[in-house]
Formats: sequence, C-alpha cells, structure tokens
Amino acid sequence: MIVIANIIIGYFILQGALLSLIAAFGVVRLPDAYTRNHAASKSATLGVISILLGVFFYFWLIEGHLNARIILGIVFVFMTAPVSGHLIMRAAYNTKVPLWEKSVQDDLESDRKKESVKG
Amino acid sequence: MAFQISLNFSIAFTWMFLKGEYSVQDFFNGYFFGLLMIFALRRFFHHRFYLWNIVAVLKLLYIFNRELIMSNLAVLKVVLSPKMTARPGIFKLETELKKDWEITILANLITLTPGTLVVEISDDNRFLYIHAMDLEDAEEARKDIKNTFEKAIQEVSR
Repeated sequence: MIVIANIIIGYFILQGALLSLIAAFGVVRLPDAYTRNHAASKSATLGVISILLGVFFYFWLIEGHLNARIILGIVFVFMTAPVSGHLIMRAAYNTKVPLWEKSVQDDLESDRKKESVKG
Repeated sequence: MAFQISLNFSIAFTWMFLKGEYSVQDFFNGYFFGLLMIFALRRFFHHRFYLWNIVAVLKLLYIFNRELIMSNLAVLKVVLSPKMTARPGIFKLETELKKDWEITILANLITLTPGTLVVEISDDNRFLYIHAMDLEDAEEARKDIKNTFEKAIQEVSR
C-alpha cells in the first residue's frame, strides 16, 4: 500500500515539476509575447495542479490527514489561470505589442480597421 | 433546475420531520424518495428533470480535464521541437451562445484547448477572436469548438 502511494505521489510531483520546467523553456524559446503566453498559461497550470495533487495524496495516504484546502487551491488555480491568460493577452493586444513576423493572419486588426472606417 | 433542487431538499426535510429522526442517513433516504417523486412528476415542470443537467455538468468537467492534458501535450511538442515551424495568427469564430456565463465558460474552454487562446470578445458577444499557435490546425480547432464545446455548454443550460 505504501509503495503504491509512493509511486502515485512521486509521479504527480515529478510530472508537475517537468511541466513547469517545460513552461519555463517555452517562455525562453518562443518568439513573441502571444506564443509565450500559450506556454506559460497552459503548462504552468497543469504543473501547479499536479504538484498540489501530489501534496494532497502525500498528506492523505502517508500522514492520514485529509486536507480540503489543497483541493480548493486546485479549483482556484483551475478557474483563474485561463482568465489571467486571456487578460494578459488582451492587454498586450490593446497596447499594440506586435505579433511575430511569421504570423499569417490577423482578423481582429482588419475588423477594427473596418469599424474605424465606418465610424 | 434550482427550483427542482430546492424542492427536493424540502421533500427530504419533510421526510425527516415525518419520521422524527434527524440524521444524515434519514436525510439521504428522504432525498432519494424526493428524487423519485420529482422524476414521476417531471412533466409538470417547465424544465427537464434536473439530474440530466447534473450529468451534463459532469460531462463538461470531463471535457475540461481532457482538454487541459491534451493542450499541455501540444505545447510540449511545439516547445521541444528543434525548429520553430508553427505559424501563429488570430482567427475569428462566430458563437451561438447568448448568456454571459456561457461565453465565459466557452472562453475558458478555448483557452485550455490545444494551441488556442482567446484575445478579444466583440462588444455584441457574437465573435471571439482567438490566437492560435498553429493556424494549420485552426480549421480543425474551429470545428472542435463548434461541435463539442458549444454543444456541451448548451446541454448544461437547457
């Protein structure tokens, strides 16, 4: 029983750490603010959630203590991370941070131009 | 849906008062019989039997988790590939959802889909502008969003 618990805990914590590492790599390697935001807002979310799950299982299976605050933390991260990603993205776009030069399409810019012509 | 749940609760409490015993076990017994009653009388309500809504919510949660894992794999592939071959861009998506909370959930779901992130929602709530990591897949992502997510969200609010 303890062995299985150790395997589960180790798996979750390692997975979370690896995903956070990959998110950091992505922030360094990707070309512009928008693609960096992709890496940061996705991999970091699942990374943090996996580490929290590992901690939860550690206290539950090894110490015999059921900590509901960790579950609440998981729910909060899960709900707020996509929203913060969206807000950073939007703030970047509205302050005219340029897209990567190899970007192929920008529907939002053309739509905004149309509206300003109309108005 | 909220009305049916509160009705179910009051049936459970009535059951406890009728029995004169106030334990968790009695509450759940009463809740179960209340569920059967509401199911039997479901044609008198305006909305459908509320258990189907709860099933739809669970399905939506499952989709959330699956997309979270899939999107992480997709980002991993892009980040660890030796050459940057991705072609990012912003595309436009028309949505049929009307209520604010539905659009919020759709935007959150899109953010968790492989390679897409919402940049802007138009003022009349009809279009979502989505930044895609790789526009080659964008057409597929668009179909995915249309067929699975919108339908799952509509199923919850039915």
